[in-house]
Amino acid sequence: MYWEPEKECMDREELKQLQLEQLQATLSRVYMHVPFYRKKFDELGIDPDEFRSLDDLRRLPFTTKSDLQDNYPYGLFAVPLREVVRIHASSGISTVVGYTKNDIKTWSNLVARVLTAGGVTKDDVVQIAYSYSLLTGGFGLHYGAERIGASVIPISSGNTARQIKIMLDFKTTALVCTPSYAMLIADTIQKRGININALSLKYGLFGAEPWSEKMRQEIQEKLGIVATDNYGLSEVMGPGIACECLEQVGLHINDDHFLVEIIKPETLEPVRMGETGELVITTLTKEAFPVIRFRTRDLTRLNPEPCPCGRETMRMARVMGRTDDMLIIKGVNVFPSQIEAVLLDIEGPEPHYQIVVDRKGALDDLTVLVEAAESEFFDEIKKQHERIETIKKRLSSELGLSVNVKLVEKKSLERTEGKRVIDKRKI
Amino acid sequence: MLRIRNLESGYGNLKVLRRISIHVSPGEIVTIIGANGAGKTTLLKTIAGLLKAQAGEVLFEKRDITRENPEQIVLHGCSLVPEGRQIFAPMTVRENLLLGAYVQYRRKHKNEVDVDLAHIFQLFPRLKERESQLAGTLSGGEQQMLAMGRALMARPKLIMMDEPSMGLAPLIVKDIFAIIQKLRDEGNTVLLVEQNAQAALAIADRGYVLETGRILLEENAEDLLSNRDVQRAYLGRDLDAEIKI
Repeated sequence: MYWEPEKECMDREELKQLQLEQLQATLSRVYMHVPFYRKKFDELGIDPDEFRSLDDLRRLPFTTKSDLQDNYPYGLFAVPLREVVRIHASSGISTVVGYTKNDIKTWSNLVARVLTAGGVTKDDVVQIAYSYSLLTGGFGLHYGAERIGASVIPISSGNTARQIKIMLDFKTTALVCTPSYAMLIADTIQKRGININALSLKYGLFGAEPWSEKMRQEIQEKLGIVATDNYGLSEVMGPGIACECLEQVGLHINDDHFLVEIIKPETLEPVRMGETGELVITTLTKEAFPVIRFRTRDLTRLNPEPCPCGRETMRMARVMGRTDDMLIIKGVNVFPSQIEAVLLDIEGPEPHYQIVVDRKGALDDLTVLVEAAESEFFDEIKKQHERIETIKKRLSSELGLSVNVKLVEKKSLERTEGKRVIDKRKI
Repeated sequence: MLRIRNLESGYGNLKVLRRISIHVSPGEIVTIIGANGAGKTTLLKTIAGLLKAQAGEVLFEKRDITRENPEQIVLHGCSLVPEGRQIFAPMTVRENLLLGAYVQYRRKHKNEVDVDLAHIFQLFPRLKERESQLAGTLSGGEQQMLAMGRALMARPKLIMMDEPSMGLAPLIVKDIFAIIQKLRDEGNTVLLVEQNAQAALAIADRGYVLETGRILLEENAEDLLSNRDVQRAYLGRDLDAEIKI
């Protein structure tokens, strides 16, 4: 099911032409209307008229969160305020974004794509449990669901008991919220002994925070739904930038509206296709708040292969973490979330582990400490050895470097989130 | 059908178009709106081969026509209805139309000419009525119809029209645009350049805003109509006067 099949399944060659046209127009507009970009381009000697191919993108400067903060509140708007019909802000209100009437229309359409890809049709009853606020989640999803013609319940976030009552009484068929909130709802339903057959739920569309495949399986089982991931950030537009389809094999990027790149955060150079790095987004159609090469700080990788669903878009892997968490070990980017994903897979839910990075001689050394499970007998040396080897092998192949693994006694590791990574290296 | 990348063009040292990239897909009406002097006519003339491109490429059905001459381009199926009609005043309506069919002779499709002529007369009954009248004696609207009819006689795949509404009374403009719409409904593809943005956007599928030789916007026609910059600059709406505080 597609919302705009002619766009979502557009031939790649045609798409490239469209992207070039829109990128050139966007550059001409920001240069003309946004002093920040004009100044930056002038300083770097960049003439937007000289921009001739999508590859020229890498010559342009990045835009960062702090650029947005420095121009608080309206400094980066490309249209006068009277043409802005909606204003949103990020949490912390340090960055402010605006939308023209057309932007809202585009946004609604893109969110309608997200919902359609996740199984929602006009016959669905959609419960939106994002907060309706300055943040983009609630209103973004709301307008998209209305655009499809679904019956929208704008319940907003919080009050889990009320969420469940409404879900039962109003016969909600699609739940829209963060994955962690969906998990809380699922757990509460289970705790109260409510039979999931009493629910009418079919689909869950979750986003706004990273979550794992394991968590998806758990939510799907507990709520009896098909759960899909979607991605967006307020600085770029809000929800509607990318979404999974029911194949659940990566998120389709709405690349007729957003141009994406993946860079190595430490060198700012592009990675090879398929390698993990920081997602950088340039808007192609936004009127009020275009951004050029915005560094999202989100880590992912791209996949250009067409999806079995028929969409031709570029796909991104679910977000694996933030650049702020990244470790560089022997020149390889390592994200704690990658290690966690492997352990989750082997050890089951809530593995207790610690990542220790040290330097042996001139070389970095990565050791993962894993707690022995309850049932494990410490005297079964052979079993222990096998387990260590399995984890080692999986981690090495995932990370692309050799990893030491040690089993430690149960409950010997700190339980706090912040103590999961210990970097003992001194530069 | 038409794909243009980084096209630059102008007159001598005067560069009018700066790295223009646009496309037209089969069956679309695409309009280019912009003020006087933005480069609209220059763009059409460059595509038609009447002006030499200084840089960039024009692909017509994946064939590079950037350096081809106007006759070849018409032969490939890309016709221009020029600004100010440019009909042959001392010749009859019928003769003007037959002149448009010269490529059909070159294609050895001579037998199609009569069919096409009948079709044009069906599309423009006014031209049928004035078949043997001298073209110079026609009204402005009729001359526009004749110019369009003449272009259609070449059986173009893409019809480019430069300011078809120019100098015409509003009622006639309505007729002309209704015919353009009909052409599209019959499967033709149209690239329309207009100062009358309102009329053009009302029938177009997509549009580009051209300003001082640069494309500033590419959107659905509907979205361009609701874009406030477009309203202010090209649709004659005085938004300041509308805001009453």
